[in-house]
Amino acid sequence: MSELEASGYKGHALQLLKATDCGIGDILKIISKGKSYEGILIPRSGAGSAIIIKMKNGYNIGIEATVDVKIEKIGKGIAPQFEVPPLPKQNPALPHIFIVSTGGTIASRVDYRTGAVRTAMSASDLYGVVPELADVARIDTEIIFSIYSENLTPQNWTELATKVAERIEAGIDGVVIAHGTDTMGYTSAALSFALQNLPVPVILVGAQRSSDRPSSDAATNLIGAVKAAGEAPFAEVGLAMHETSSDIAIAIHRGTKVRKCHTSRRDTFKSINASPIARVQNLKVTMNTNSYQKRDSKRKLVLKPIFCDKVALIKFYPGLDPAVIDFYVEKGFKGILLEGTGLGHVSKFCFDAIKRAIEKGVVVALASQCIWGRVDMNVYNTGRDLLSLGVIPLEDMFPETSFVKLMWVLGQTNDSKEVATIMQTNLVGEISTRTLPQNLNVDGGSQ
Amino acid sequence: MAIDYAKIGLKCGLEIHQQLNVGSKLFCSCPAELFKDTPEITFLRRLRPTQSELGQVDPAAYFEFQKGVKIIYEGNYKSSCLVDMDEEPPHPINLEALKVVLTASLMMNMQPIDEVHVMRKTVIDGSNTTGFQRTTIIALDGWIKVGDKVIPMQAASLEEDAARKTGIQDEGKTLRYRIDRLGIPLIELATAPVIYSPQEAQEVAFAIGRILRDTQKVMRGLGTIRQDLNVSLPNGALVEIKGVQALELISTVVDYEIQRQLNLIAIREDLAKRGITSASLKADFVDVSGIFQATKSKVIRKAVDRKHKVLAVKLSGFNGLTGRELMPNFRLGSELSDYAKFWGRVGGIFHTDEVLANYGITAEEVKALREAVGASESDAVVFVADTAENTSDALKAVVERAQVACTIIPQETRTAKDDGTTRFMRPRPGAARMYPETDIPPQPITAALIEEVRTNLPEPAEKKLARLIKQYTLNEKLAKQLIDSEYLPVFEEAAKLKGVQASTTAAFLTETVKALKRDSIPVENVTDEQTLSLFKAVGAGELAKEALPDVFCWLAKNEGKPLQDAIAVLGLKMFTEADLVPVIDRIIASNKAQIEKFGKNAFGMLMGAAMKEVRGKANPELVSKLLRHKLRPP
Repeated sequence: MSELEASGYKGHALQLLKATDCGIGDILKIISKGKSYEGILIPRSGAGSAIIIKMKNGYNIGIEATVDVKIEKIGKGIAPQFEVPPLPKQNPALPHIFIVSTGGTIASRVDYRTGAVRTAMSASDLYGVVPELADVARIDTEIIFSIYSENLTPQNWTELATKVAERIEAGIDGVVIAHGTDTMGYTSAALSFALQNLPVPVILVGAQRSSDRPSSDAATNLIGAVKAAGEAPFAEVGLAMHETSSDIAIAIHRGTKVRKCHTSRRDTFKSINASPIARVQNLKVTMNTNSYQKRDSKRKLVLKPIFCDKVALIKFYPGLDPAVIDFYVEKGFKGILLEGTGLGHVSKFCFDAIKRAIEKGVVVALASQCIWGRVDMNVYNTGRDLLSLGVIPLEDMFPETSFVKLMWVLGQTNDSKEVATIMQTNLVGEISTRTLPQNLNVDGGSQ
Repeated sequence: MAIDYAKIGLKCGLEIHQQLNVGSKLFCSCPAELFKDTPEITFLRRLRPTQSELGQVDPAAYFEFQKGVKIIYEGNYKSSCLVDMDEEPPHPINLEALKVVLTASLMMNMQPIDEVHVMRKTVIDGSNTTGFQRTTIIALDGWIKVGDKVIPMQAASLEEDAARKTGIQDEGKTLRYRIDRLGIPLIELATAPVIYSPQEAQEVAFAIGRILRDTQKVMRGLGTIRQDLNVSLPNGALVEIKGVQALELISTVVDYEIQRQLNLIAIREDLAKRGITSASLKADFVDVSGIFQATKSKVIRKAVDRKHKVLAVKLSGFNGLTGRELMPNFRLGSELSDYAKFWGRVGGIFHTDEVLANYGITAEEVKALREAVGASESDAVVFVADTAENTSDALKAVVERAQVACTIIPQETRTAKDDGTTRFMRPRPGAARMYPETDIPPQPITAALIEEVRTNLPEPAEKKLARLIKQYTLNEKLAKQLIDSEYLPVFEEAAKLKGVQASTTAAFLTETVKALKRDSIPVENVTDEQTLSLFKAVGAGELAKEALPDVFCWLAKNEGKPLQDAIAVLGLKMFTEADLVPVIDRIIASNKAQIEKFGKNAFGMLMGAAMKEVRGKANPELVSKLLRHKLRPP
């Protein structure tokens, strides 16, 4: 496929452009309906068929390539000469941080010529975009994937955990993982289970506004994450994002207790049934709790990066056809995480299917779709019936973390008794025995 | 001073921005409404300079950013949503707004483009929560006729209005902006730079304004229209003047700008004669805080008490020039001061060409000051009191501006004041950094859409004039005034009402309202609905037409209050028959002698006495009827 076709042009527009040998970035003149337009050819994305040019005044316009339209190439495009800024002097007194990128737009720059956004992830790129980092840490960077977070798989979690473990064993002071926000909560849970007994912090970070815009939250989040990775007193998996809508503080959430709760706000990540463990404000890290694993560079990391991908997450809804459960059993799934209602219920119409699943050795566990709160299946008959069928109640774990944990446990053992025990045991802060009162107002803040 | 504009080579272009009244904002469904109360929502943001296409962050912009400028945004639940807060992607473009721009474009003979692409124009002064303004071109290359001259129209754009600045705090490090205005749709119309006199600039603006009003979809009142002017002189500079709010001010603004540039040229010549070049001006700042330890000057006292600094600099050869007037009440010193305010975040500067005693600064202090910086009689001294950082930034800006005065007139963006003078706003930006707004899909302008707009175009001005004269039996003068008035739609609504004469309404909405406006009555505070309710009340006999000006004034001064309040407060409640009977009885009783003497012929005198008492509150026909009835012999 030619560059032109890859750039989204088709049909008559493509023919016209090909016939005049116009490539992306070339300067052309379009004559349409008696008027003449000059500008640089811009790639197309999405629907539509007009030829898009960027005029001298900076505006893009689309001119439809009808049969009467004439095109003339009047200049060759000049590719922008991108100069990577030199690395700033690294201050040896600062902590040494490994920043690994999985995709997302924590660091990117705009090609103003075409409007394309490109990832900028080399150390010098990062210093170029966020010069303040030079005063916070010495950084090493690596791009491990360039994947939209919805396309990440448990296989990627394994690779990521392995890569992070390598660097930690080589003695890094902290790790920061740049990640798309959509599934960042899943990854933070996965890493929490895969990287146990951590000597230093591992902090995931993302952005809700891409870094090409002046109002982006990317830089402040990144600085907060790097600061926490380098200097925070805890050694756990955390997730760093805006605490509120304001550019004031970065909340560090515990990896197993955090969930994306808003489609677009900067403070989309909320700690569920917990408070954020720390916050960073004005380059100062403050702990919100005393109960955390302390940083200790001598502690020996335990890497358990295997996840079983034959686990399904089934959300119960009124009228759920039990055949859905049977389907997974027939397909050889080893675990089913039910997202039940309220204190932990699914309809009695599903009981037979659940019974068949458990008899076939499938582990069936349950978390509540309420998200906040703890399941208690002893209050109503339905709950008690489910317990007697062998469904495992998952305390105050919300569904996503429960699901990831089930994948991880089934990656460690196939013994269903053992699976049940581990699922109900707190390993890395995912289960707490006390539920403290917490403001449920997602709009206002976490406490 | 009569200026030959052709001889000096004046060239002027206009950019008109007008808020559109289409029910909601451009990229969300919030109403386009400003609020005056305490904000219900505040949030703090910092805008970070982004990389250029070459991978560089502009060092000057980053330097400013590092000083830690914060922006506090204010909003309320009625006028703003997450889109305005930059917490939700923009919704698709408001199609009503697009249609209005298409309407204006067709009326100005422009060619709509086939597909609309929304762009992000980088703006990091805080006026946009995103750090960019969303803007898009809708049509290009048209013309309008103004008198006998054809004025080419370059482009019609549709863009979002910015947040409005409500304050500056912490020595300029915190800016406050209100986001109610952010996102209101604006049409932008640009003429080619083919205007050659101040008067012509005003006429062209007027003509464009009339076409916009014809769409009947534009906002009204102060702040809803903003005219930007590009003024250039071949020996001067191209200067962009932003935000002229009143149409009538345009010719004055252009005139003052010409004066300013001509005076700067004269100063440059004087400096050359004095042998002063930019090299003569050095950024050698002297800390003169010691001189002012016991000062009586309030401004300096405040700074000294706060342990701030007083910093001074000598401007070699500038004695007398800093005091030279560039425009009415605006000296070269004022220009230097504006630069100091912008770059140094200070409140202003002092210079030795002004009467410093007015600020409580003594002759001894000035003498010591001159000595401290080593200034001779031919030099001027500029000094400023603020924090160490601000004073040094301020004087640096002063010296740089003074150096520039030796060589060129700077290209800059200025902002217009209500008196027609302008102030430095910022350096003229280079080519705007624009890139596509990828959150909004391209919007096709189909032939069907253009056809729909074309068939619904407002009637042309000449046709409208003829119709108004005929339909409402108005004289030509009144009809013409109506066409130029913002109240035409209200007039046509009011004309449908029973019991109100069209000519009364027309005269009120043009001549009377204009007179009130001249008397500084804030007539824009009265909404169209309120104005219409006035005429309804007259039609229903609840209000005398004589009382219209008083009620209108009261409504203007008491924004948001209902008509009933005006009538009650002004004591204009109309007398009913029951109210009138006792009044008439009383008048008859107290004039018994005359009635007996003149009989029926006493009517005129009695009517006069009654009307004197109830004018504006009673229908004369009713008074007359009752009076006649009472006088009838039993």
